[in-house]
Amino acid sequence: MNPFSSGTRLRDMIRAIRACKTAAEERAVVRKECAAIRAAINENDQDYRHRNLAKLMFIHMLGYPTHFGQMECLKLIASAGFPEKRIGYLGLMLLLDERQEVLMLVTNSLKQDLNHSNQYIVGLALCALGNICSAEMARDLAPEVERLLQFRDPNIRKKAALCSIRIVKKVPDLAENFINPAATLLREKHHGVLITGIQLCTDLCKVSPEALEYFRKKCTEGLVRTLKDVVNSPYAPEYDIAGITDPFLHIRLLKILRILGQGDADASDTMNDILAQVATKTESNKNAGNAILYECVETIMSIEDNGGLRVLAINILGRFLSNRDNNIRYVALNMLMKAITVDAQAVQRHRATILECVKDSDASIRKRALELVYLLVNESNVRPLTKDLIEYLEVSDQEFKGDLTAKICSIVEKFSPEKIWYIDQMLKVLTEAGNFVKDEVWHALIVVISNASDLHGYTVRALYRAFQTSAEQETLVRVAVWCIGEYGDMLVNNVGVLDIEDPIKTVTESNAVDVVEIAIKRHASDLTTKAMALIALVKLSSRFPSCSERIKDIIMHYKGSLVLELQQRSLEFNSIIEKHQNIRSTLVERMPVLDEATFSGRRAGSLPATVSTSNGASLNLPNGVAKHSAAPLVDLLDLSDDAPAPGSSGSDFLHDLLGVDLAPASTQPGISQAPKSGTDVLLDLLSIGTTNPVQSNSSALDILSPGQDNQKPIAALDVLSSPLASAQANSSVGASSMIDLLDGFAPSPLKHEDNGQVYPSIVAFESSNLRITFNFSKPPGNAQTTLIQATFKNLSSNAFTDFVFQAAVPKFLQLHLDPASRNTLPASDNGSVTQSLRVTNSQHGKKALVMRIRIAYKLNNKDMLEEGQINNFPQDL
Amino acid sequence: MIHFVLLISRQGKVRLTKWYSPYSQKERSKVIRELSGIVINRGPKLCNFVEWKGLKVVYRRYAGLYFCMCIDEDDNELEGLDIIHHYVEILDRYFGSVCELDLIFNFHKAYYILDEIVIAGELQESSKRTVIRLMSAHDSLVEMAKEQASSISNMIAQVTK
Repeated sequence: MNPFSSGTRLRDMIRAIRACKTAAEERAVVRKECAAIRAAINENDQDYRHRNLAKLMFIHMLGYPTHFGQMECLKLIASAGFPEKRIGYLGLMLLLDERQEVLMLVTNSLKQDLNHSNQYIVGLALCALGNICSAEMARDLAPEVERLLQFRDPNIRKKAALCSIRIVKKVPDLAENFINPAATLLREKHHGVLITGIQLCTDLCKVSPEALEYFRKKCTEGLVRTLKDVVNSPYAPEYDIAGITDPFLHIRLLKILRILGQGDADASDTMNDILAQVATKTESNKNAGNAILYECVETIMSIEDNGGLRVLAINILGRFLSNRDNNIRYVALNMLMKAITVDAQAVQRHRATILECVKDSDASIRKRALELVYLLVNESNVRPLTKDLIEYLEVSDQEFKGDLTAKICSIVEKFSPEKIWYIDQMLKVLTEAGNFVKDEVWHALIVVISNASDLHGYTVRALYRAFQTSAEQETLVRVAVWCIGEYGDMLVNNVGVLDIEDPIKTVTESNAVDVVEIAIKRHASDLTTKAMALIALVKLSSRFPSCSERIKDIIMHYKGSLVLELQQRSLEFNSIIEKHQNIRSTLVERMPVLDEATFSGRRAGSLPATVSTSNGASLNLPNGVAKHSAAPLVDLLDLSDDAPAPGSSGSDFLHDLLGVDLAPASTQPGISQAPKSGTDVLLDLLSIGTTNPVQSNSSALDILSPGQDNQKPIAALDVLSSPLASAQANSSVGASSMIDLLDGFAPSPLKHEDNGQVYPSIVAFESSNLRITFNFSKPPGNAQTTLIQATFKNLSSNAFTDFVFQAAVPKFLQLHLDPASRNTLPASDNGSVTQSLRVTNSQHGKKALVMRIRIAYKLNNKDMLEEGQINNFPQDL
Repeated sequence: MIHFVLLISRQGKVRLTKWYSPYSQKERSKVIRELSGIVINRGPKLCNFVEWKGLKVVYRRYAGLYFCMCIDEDDNELEGLDIIHHYVEILDRYFGSVCELDLIFNFHKAYYILDEIVIAGELQESSKRTVIRLMSAHDSLVEMAKEQASSISNMIAQVTK
């Protein structure tokens, strides 16, 4: 005997392990055993191989690594005796899974054992094959299994049938070989073979339409007869469970009948009688009976329509629903979900009971019931249902609130009959479970509020009241802060009081500022909330002159904030308040009404789309024309397409945007509530670029995109700051105004100046098929040279191939063209091609850039050529 | 289809694991950890089904042991309970009023019995008697082999003495 082998028996090892008091002790025992087993393996010890493997299996169950024992399984399987094989196969199934290559080595042994003269060994091999065979093994051994389906002993036939299921699932092509032998099994009397045979047929139907057709034609009647026999069979002690003969067989028969009857009126007709009999005669006081009824209901619901049977089925579900047993109620709810597509009216009748189930103490039942309620809601019952759900929200478990809130919000949004109701319900949800509300939900709420101009006063007062009681709900705070910032004056002056409204104690200006102050000072507030509060404050500073000083103090408090965003905002807002009294009121005008269509379009896109929108904005925002390729949705700022801005399709949108004094601000909703007092003011407005996210176009982005998470507000605000800051730089203003404004305490934007100016991008060329956008930058310390990043965008619905862009310049310019990023341009907005150009202007400062371009490409294999001249380069390039 | 069967004690110790769908060893221990947490902490009056990753876990507690079975979402949960009970009854008959210790010291027997009831995630035999009969046939084969082996080794021992 091996001197290293510990020689302990399996029983002793288990005892030793169980005697361990600590995990460390257990590990020590296991380590020692494993070492002994490894030694035995190295010695190729045969006497104790099966004992060692048994030990390994136990160790494996405790969660220790046992891969070193895998080969031992193979050796045991290859040995001659039944006991060795038995433990070997068990180890194989336990220690390996089908994805391990070692498994391939066992194929040959399996093949031999499938042909073994001892039927018990054949059984072992079938069992192992059925439990872990891989696709390759299935292919190799399918003929053996197929042959064993006709083996003389029924116990082998049933194992072979289940083994065939695995084979057919792994390799569906083999299904047709099994159709005939499977059909033979359906005529068996032995229950084990019958059960497994039916299961095999069911799985064959799932993978092969031919099999389904075959069984439907040949076997439906036989199966109905078998079911009849089983249902009417006398007491059989061997198969009896709770007074029913072999419920497992019942269930499998009902299942296959469902598959055969689905979509086939004749087959469905054949089984009507027996289904009715099962549905009416089955005892429902024990689990086994209920399992049969449950299966029967599902079959009735799935096969071709028979009104009478369906009534029977719905009644059974009604009975289930009022059962005291939670299991039965659970399956009832489960089945009603399926029944709702068949007979919504009948399910509606159980609404009250289902609603009760939402409040059940059992999480599984609650979840099912909530999903069912969600399906039950329609225009006519949305009010009472929502009322109930919201009431329940107040008392529900914390872990259920998330699900519940999401469902309520989605119900309210989907079926809201009117805006005031929507706002009311959402406020209730925010008050109860504001911390569970997803960002897009409160974003949507703000959009709705913004659109309901007659409800502004009502909403802001309601929010004010809600804030007093539920200041810990983050999203409620955000919405409240936003509304107070926008409509604070309505709160103080009680504008637009509705008849239904409770009279509110007069709110003073300082009360309103209190709310915002609390929000910004609360420790739990995250960056988004604080940023929103800061913006609300600057708005209120102009609306509430009496609190102006106090607001200034609060804002100044954040000039030392560790969060760069807040710090910068604080400094900028402060300078607005201090130095720009004349434009302040216009700067902080109320936001224009947010466009609902745009927002819902935006929501329809996934979250990443939102992210890319803000990224895209950073590139193209000043111009507003070029869309970011990755943003399928209309950017809020990207108004060129729908805003009635004059000449927006033209070259320099920025000029249009800035030319507000030419067009009344009101005609450009969303672009800018820009001052009308002339260009000077306008330049000032631009010089503080970053501050006007507060209102006007950019605030839309500010409010709607940043809330996605704590990171994005920074990104979004950044996005807003840089391009707008840059906008001032080139709008022929010069840097002075900005320096003047920020005198000395905002160095970061000044860096732009040092690094060379930043220029707005232009649309250099646009035809029906193609749009070319130029972005400019200057290498530091070289005023003559301009780097141009050309972005080509395909506006047609077909891709361009062999795309070539050429450019020519007059003599005083030097042009260098880099290769394009690729030469195919995918169809409409699915991507763009970029190409870098470097232009050196020897007459810098005297002459502006000018360029001729030619674009050649193939569209639908047709050569296309487009030419143009670009004259709209920004000045002083 | 049954994806796996787990036996977990009240203390979270694993007593039996049987996998019918491919789960890597890593996934297996993750599944066991997750599920034992969920199942053991459920109250006694709650329903015996847990929705889990698009599948359903049907479980039933017998004394200090939880028998868990993971099935497809559209499988019959009530039948799942019956299969568990079927297994437990056969264990009971085989061991003669089974207890947790039987399943610990004779864990391989518990596996053999399960292999006679379920293959490839599907029920194999609805008759308890048949399963018991097959088990005793297997056991007697093992006994016979053992006797043979010991008689041979006796002979060898005597010869080599």
